[in-house]
Amino acid sequence: MIRLALPYHLRTLAKVAGEVELEIKGPATQRAMLDALEARYPMLSGTIRDHVSKERRPFLRFFACGEDLSFESADAPLPEKVASGQEPFLIVGAISGG
Amino acid sequence: MSRVRVLVGTRKGAFILSSDGKRQKWKVDGPHFGGWEIYHVKGSPVDPDRLYVSQTSSWFGQIIQRSDDGGRAWFQPGTPPGEPTTTPDGMPKGESNKFVYDTSPETGKPLTTHQWYDGTPHPWEFKRVWHLEPSLTDPDTVYAGVEDAALFRTTDGGQTWHELAGLRGHGTGSQWMPGAGGMGLHTILLDERNHDRIYVAISAAGVFRTDDAGKTWRPANRGLVSQFMPDPKAEVGHCVHRIAMHRSRPDVLFMQKHWDVMRSDNGGESWREVSGNLPSDFGFAIDVHAHEPETIYVVPIKSDSEHYPPDGKLRVYRSRTGGNEWEAMTKGLPQRDCYVDILRDAMAIDSLDKCGVYFGTTGGQVYASADAGDTWAPIVRDLPSVLSVEVQVLP
Repeated sequence: MIRLALPYHLRTLAKVAGEVELEIKGPATQRAMLDALEARYPMLSGTIRDHVSKERRPFLRFFACGEDLSFESADAPLPEKVASGQEPFLIVGAISGG
Repeated sequence: MSRVRVLVGTRKGAFILSSDGKRQKWKVDGPHFGGWEIYHVKGSPVDPDRLYVSQTSSWFGQIIQRSDDGGRAWFQPGTPPGEPTTTPDGMPKGESNKFVYDTSPETGKPLTTHQWYDGTPHPWEFKRVWHLEPSLTDPDTVYAGVEDAALFRTTDGGQTWHELAGLRGHGTGSQWMPGAGGMGLHTILLDERNHDRIYVAISAAGVFRTDDAGKTWRPANRGLVSQFMPDPKAEVGHCVHRIAMHRSRPDVLFMQKHWDVMRSDNGGESWREVSGNLPSDFGFAIDVHAHEPETIYVVPIKSDSEHYPPDGKLRVYRSRTGGNEWEAMTKGLPQRDCYVDILRDAMAIDSLDKCGVYFGTTGGQVYASADAGDTWAPIVRDLPSVLSVEVQVLP
């Protein structure tokens, strides 16, 4: 089970409170995690990564276990503590705008 | 007695303002989608409780919301929660927030480049939906004008959106360039008499017309003069801010251009200037009286470098002669120290008699006139910056 922390506006959009818990079949990667998220919450499709290119939207960053994972390969294994549910995977919006 | 519903899109959410037909006492409901930029909210002419919303964010992209009960409940008309977003063979299913340019060999056009601000080629990139125009006959059909400029259509109530690629790909697209706010398709006018004819306007490209329901398009900018362009009379490149028509007379169009107020009496084949005695012919919004096709409204703005009313006085100008001769409407509007802007989609007119005129400001005020512009009063003063205003008359 993977724990995923969404920014406020995406929690509102998906109508969830607190962290999202996801089960992933196969290797726990960033791509598999986001595929599982979008399958469970279709309204989030396109809000975190581009519909076509699947690249992370530029005003969002990914963090976990005190590390910036924004530029990791989408197919790289997630940190063990994230894959085991000990630590959440954080999706964070840029602090900008008015 | 009829009821009136004003749909307001702002930088931080949507608001619904309601009144009876007297339009004196108002109820303010919102914010809906608080914290999101709401570029546009518009209802279907054939099912007024069917509302569509463009909800957008630089962080999270584009969302389309829909209500079937006049804004009490909202949903995204895509794949229901719990259902997979891909087909069994892995192909992505349509989503209500999915706007992908059509590059297919069968129906699409290559995704080439347009001009960037400095004149260099720049790739086409989807950013947001600026304007939603529901069909005049079918509540499930809606047109969407988007940035970077293109026209999309849904025929299933907003679940899936498909580009009418003949516009972007008709030949002049490589010469279009963004205005200060981006390269948006901001106006969509549907011809009530001829459903195959649609006009769109793009900043900064100009007006385009189709006569075959969106398959093929051609520029409709003859007569426009834009001094900022190397060729001021070029076929495309004009920063058209807004066009408007009276539904009973769809061949007559009115335009607020970057500078100049213009009119066409032949469906956009040619345009002539009708700025007349306006204190400034720069502005964004323009609209037409509900019952008098020669009565039009603009809100002059000082200049393209100073986006506020001349002399700090907020004045709506009305022409009863289809342009050239204008009178200032000032009663109830601030006549000193006013430095707000009125954006292109932020004016609307209802169909009551006398018709109501509404506009929203970047300062968060929404003003209403229940007597065709003679007198004004604020419905609400302190909303977030207003991006769009629409109005519905309900039984």
